[in-house]
Amino acid sequence: MQVTAMHFKRKAAENLHNEKLQRALERLQSKFVDSRAAANAELPNFEEIRNAAAEIRRKVTENLDRYLLRFEQEATARGAVVHWAETPDDANRIVADIARQYGLRKAVKSKSMVSEECALNDHLASEGVEVLETDLGEYILQLAKEPPSHIVAPVVHKSKEDISDLFEKKHHRTRTTQIAELCREAREILRPGFLAAELGISGGNFIIAETGSVLIVTNEGNGRLTTTLPRVHVAITGIEKVVPTLEDVTTLLRLLPRAATGQSITNYVSVLTGTKGQKETDGAERFHIILLDNGRSRLLGTELQPMLRCIRCGACMNHCPVYQNVGGHAYGWVYPGPMGSVLTPAFVGLANALDLPHASTFCGECAVVCPVKIPLPDLMRHLRTRQMEQRLRPWTERAALGVWSWMARRPAVYAVGARIIARLLQLLAGDKKRLRYLIGVSGWTKGRDLPAPAGRTFRDLYKSGKSS
Amino acid sequence: MSARENILARIAQARNPRVEVDVDNEIRRHARGPIPPLEKDLVKRFCEQAARLASDVVSVATTSDVPGLVARYLNERRLPLKAVCWPSMASLDWRAAGIEVEPRAARGDDLVGITGTFLGIAETGTLMLLSGPTTPATVSLLPETHVAVVEKQQIVATMEDAWDRLRAEHRVLPRAVNFVSGPSRTADIEQTVTLGAHGPYRVLIIVVDGQVSGQ
Repeated sequence: MQVTAMHFKRKAAENLHNEKLQRALERLQSKFVDSRAAANAELPNFEEIRNAAAEIRRKVTENLDRYLLRFEQEATARGAVVHWAETPDDANRIVADIARQYGLRKAVKSKSMVSEECALNDHLASEGVEVLETDLGEYILQLAKEPPSHIVAPVVHKSKEDISDLFEKKHHRTRTTQIAELCREAREILRPGFLAAELGISGGNFIIAETGSVLIVTNEGNGRLTTTLPRVHVAITGIEKVVPTLEDVTTLLRLLPRAATGQSITNYVSVLTGTKGQKETDGAERFHIILLDNGRSRLLGTELQPMLRCIRCGACMNHCPVYQNVGGHAYGWVYPGPMGSVLTPAFVGLANALDLPHASTFCGECAVVCPVKIPLPDLMRHLRTRQMEQRLRPWTERAALGVWSWMARRPAVYAVGARIIARLLQLLAGDKKRLRYLIGVSGWTKGRDLPAPAGRTFRDLYKSGKSS
Repeated sequence: MSARENILARIAQARNPRVEVDVDNEIRRHARGPIPPLEKDLVKRFCEQAARLASDVVSVATTSDVPGLVARYLNERRLPLKAVCWPSMASLDWRAAGIEVEPRAARGDDLVGITGTFLGIAETGTLMLLSGPTTPATVSLLPETHVAVVEKQQIVATMEDAWDRLRAEHRVLPRAVNFVSGPSRTADIEQTVTLGAHGPYRVLIIVVDGQVSGQ
């Protein structure tokens, strides 16, 4: 997927004024935030389970190669073929080669964010393989030629009227705005696609070292159809998705659907191992598993290693006041919200996503709701530090911070400076006690007035309070 | 160097040398994580949770009651008395109840699919289905109506218990272990839950009281 993360500020500003989008984003509160809280409240030992889940994921990131090798060994023993891909281009080439090897031209795909990283559909199209997205949200986006704006609810930015318009234009059927009828229409259009498909492409929510299995969670059943009907199944996932055992994945499954949509379990959980047996009458005959790195292994041994614990539930974006207001497209790549603000710079380069580590109020809610306890604000703060060190911030910002840091290390100078600045601001504000414009922070004052300091500095007040 | 070697080398290089885990030994132990407390009556819990996830749940005394119940269920909903079923379920007397069943994998136009169940999981009201020559995965997936028969003694507390049973009864995992929790659904449009996405619109779970049938 093309990276447009450098335009975050402009797109965020546009989206703040997009009334339709704002109405759509209001649904996040009741549909995701409230239902997650209710679902977690059903687990009396939620915090204990969460600690165990974080520990499983932490352990995996510390021994990633060991678990991956065991996974590869088990999967291979069961007849699957495991491929390793360093880059999205490698992954795309592997899928195209598989399609060519077996002579496959028609593919169905269930939702896969890793395949979005690779822009796999475009590549396969250029190789003459037609890919049909089958998750309802992803199908709508394929028709609309748009990227997803949320990793769990990809069309959260669209209204049912938008979708009615789109279906009428593309399906040439009578227009309906009933959600159930829209779903029925998509089912009827997509079912023949499933039945005709020769290649099924899926992601993998987890891969299991113990058994060499790929685990997929879905609600619609498209994941099951994609991995059962076509004669070849290709699962593409990130190297960090491995978990040791069936018990470990069960612990994670108690949290993932609750954190994502407030469900106690998704409708379908499929554990796929090996290929169709000799006497079996359905199921894929060939099973290929692609493990994509694309920058993941480079996070190991750095401050960003905890990010590899992520299980892609989307809770951090649902609870983020920035995401809730600007929507997912502003982030400019596959992963939006706080997890995207860490992953995008890590995967596509800090210089290509300058604003993302700053797209946070540091309210800390993302870390509070993360089911695997990723300290997201700390990771964003770390990326900000790296930006300063690599001189990636504008010179004005660096100079201002330089002056501040010089003063902060000299308490006497700081006290005098703060007193002077407070007086200056009071003078500038005059009787209204508010500043409508202030040079240097015009971006801030453009949307609001700056209240002038009311009197003495905090340090002065503190000192006088103590002596009295 | 191949991609595989490069990736593994980068991981090995970043590894903390003081942390060394015997992965195979750890996997062999497959220790359980914390499990939420459940009430004693697992059958009741299973039925309540399955109903909560929008399955229709009915109890019968013996397996011989199943075909008649299925016929009534289909009639009440004006659904055809014609079904595809797991070959393992073909021995029930469907004909006496007026249902025409074909034991095979499902096709795109089958409207009713009848399956058994490997286990029922009480914690979430979930059916655990294993793929196999006599239990094709498509029967629970392609038809608009899925009927699943589960015997009382097949109901276990948690997925952890289910893994233990699977390990004890099967040498390796089947191609597909499918956990099914109600009819297929989507909330992609305006986050409004709609039943019947790509899989079944309705799931009927028939709980058979095994003690009576085992007499």
